[in-house]
Amino acid sequence: MSLLAPADQDKLRESFSAMSSSVRLLFFTQTLGCETCLQTRQILDELPALSDKIAIEEVNFVLEQEKAALYGIDRVPAIVVIGQDAAGVARDSRIRFLGAPSGYEFISLVQAVLLVGGRGSNLDEASRERVAAVAKPTTIQVFTTPT
Amino acid sequence: MAFANPHITATAVEATEFPDLARRYRVAGVPKTVVNETIEILGALPPEIFIEQALAN
Repeated sequence: MSLLAPADQDKLRESFSAMSSSVRLLFFTQTLGCETCLQTRQILDELPALSDKIAIEEVNFVLEQEKAALYGIDRVPAIVVIGQDAAGVARDSRIRFLGAPSGYEFISLVQAVLLVGGRGSNLDEASRERVAAVAKPTTIQVFTTPT
Repeated sequence: MAFANPHITATAVEATEFPDLARRYRVAGVPKTVVNETIEILGALPPEIFIEQALAN
């Protein structure tokens, strides 16, 4: 049973059909002591059914600490959005989600998948140039609540 | 922004699930953005203004 209404599934399927490259969602999870990991899994499970360009890769946060460290993940549930470069090689978008992507965060996740899957940036040229000029490691955390 | 520059990492944090992070960054309302642990941006802003504030340093 899908969490999404049929009409919403159709809209998402149509949006995802414009994707030109594949997106893999690395899902860091653990079985015990994670209240929202199961909910996150259920939400993520909706996506591959809507596009053959979307895949979910589950990573056991407890057993695969090296991989978690590689992606800078220190808590779960966490989602890392992985795209592809022009040659089809995996490329970390460095877009992450901490916590279950429910409510409006689900829309943000869909937007991230579309962005990384080939839609490209919505920023205007001046903004893109400003962002491209950043030369030092920069972390941006956006705090939200479920709505 | 992360998509446009490999130096930038962007994380959306569900504040109610991680109260320790919400406390550490004094999140009283959302959305709240924290850049490099120091710059704080409250609310949703037009992209150009958001970028200017986020990259102010």
